[in-house]
Amino acid sequence: MHRIIALTLLVLAGSFPAQAAPDGARLYARNCAACHGENGGGGLGVPLSLPSFQATISNDYLHQTIRLGRPGRVMPTSALPDGDIAAIVRHIRSWNKTPVPKFSTTLIKGNTEHGRALYAAQCAACHGAGGEGGKGTGVTFSRPRDFQIMAPALNNPGFLAAASDSMIKKTLMNGREGTPMASFLKQGLNEKDIDDIVSFIRSFEKSPLSRHAGVLETEQAVLTVDSPYDLKTTIENVKRAAISNNFLFIREQPLSHGLVPAGQEDPRQHIIYFCNFSFLNAALLTDSRVGLFLPCRITVVEQNGKVKMMTVNPKRLSKIFNNAELNTLCDEMTRHYLAIMEEAAI
Amino acid sequence: MKRTMRFLIAALLLSLASTSGADQLMMIRSGLSFPEAMMALQNAITTRGYKVTHVQNVDVGLTKTGYKTDNYKVVFYGKAEEVAQLTTKHPELIPYLPLNVAIFAERDNTILVTDRPGVLADFFPEPELKNVFMRWEKDLTEIVNEVQETR
Repeated sequence: MHRIIALTLLVLAGSFPAQAAPDGARLYARNCAACHGENGGGGLGVPLSLPSFQATISNDYLHQTIRLGRPGRVMPTSALPDGDIAAIVRHIRSWNKTPVPKFSTTLIKGNTEHGRALYAAQCAACHGAGGEGGKGTGVTFSRPRDFQIMAPALNNPGFLAAASDSMIKKTLMNGREGTPMASFLKQGLNEKDIDDIVSFIRSFEKSPLSRHAGVLETEQAVLTVDSPYDLKTTIENVKRAAISNNFLFIREQPLSHGLVPAGQEDPRQHIIYFCNFSFLNAALLTDSRVGLFLPCRITVVEQNGKVKMMTVNPKRLSKIFNNAELNTLCDEMTRHYLAIMEEAAI
Repeated sequence: MKRTMRFLIAALLLSLASTSGADQLMMIRSGLSFPEAMMALQNAITTRGYKVTHVQNVDVGLTKTGYKTDNYKVVFYGKAEEVAQLTTKHPELIPYLPLNVAIFAERDNTILVTDRPGVLADFFPEPELKNVFMRWEKDLTEIVNEVQETR
């Protein structure tokens, strides 16, 4: 009788659409692989499959990092359910047999001032004087780059919330083979010194939010300037103003070009494309994902007898990239757009 | 005290995670080579009723001016009637049209990146636009998924 009940339960279990376990590989491919590589080999993001990396991080650190991201350092926050994140973590762990470390959450008490001095001597060259991390975040292998791994921003609130003191200590003691991160024990420091450095790194939590973790705040998604001229004159003025602002005119076309047969385009909406290749190169060196901005363009529109110039607001778009290194460039591009449109309206 | 600080930081970041809509970029890696991925992208776009209006050769411009880069292009696409209606009724959308996807080589792989159309709902909160952005998001998700799954 018991066998029949058990068999019935098994059959029933198979006949209902069971709550399938989240597919970590699929979730990873959708959410992580673009930056971290199909098999965790790295790229824009750190190489997650590196054995020395996996040997010095806990599952909780991975989980928290996925959830909280790294404000201003490309890695986004995630709204995935906990079960999905756990599945991604399992998938990441499936790449090698390294035992999964567990770390105490007990805070390490060290001499922060001594740690500050040691940090300046041992860590600042790669991680930045204030823990702001290495430059070049957002750069993929589509662009020339020196290192496979960017030194992490130790002052980043996402990192500080995800990493326990014990985990940081282990990384400092062991280093990470295959990366520029060396073992501090082998560098001649003792455990007490390392505790002091950990204590100093933890003190970043008390510092004001670094500009390296900040995003530009602006509400305007569109930049618009009215033109006192007719459509044709305004188009010519925009071209001239772009050139006088050190941009190269690329082409001009109706917005509906390519959407409708030639000759049937709406003549009241024209896009003027232009580029400053030096600026573009600098932007791509900072973050290869800035294709959304490319090429630079201003649309001249005639509506109800009035002509206006419109373009995207790079400052507003910068938030999408979560890359503080782009902030200055986005700010600069917003100023360029406004300067060109204002000059065209004179 | 330090534990409280960590808890507060995590709580703040968590609240940001839930309100900011998390990742605002749609970005996938395709195992295809660049030319194959480009073909798959254009096929995926056109099979969903959109027309590819232009491919911007960012890489060509850069190399001509002396800068090094791998393949990097931007694919613009749209639907004629939809663009005409939207630009008439909602001219504020004009700078964001036609829609585009950046596509670039990453060693033997190819990366596709674009902003989530849902993000535009933050920029342009008119209720009647919400359905348009949702439809674009659905189509774009299908497009990038198709490219990712093409072998």
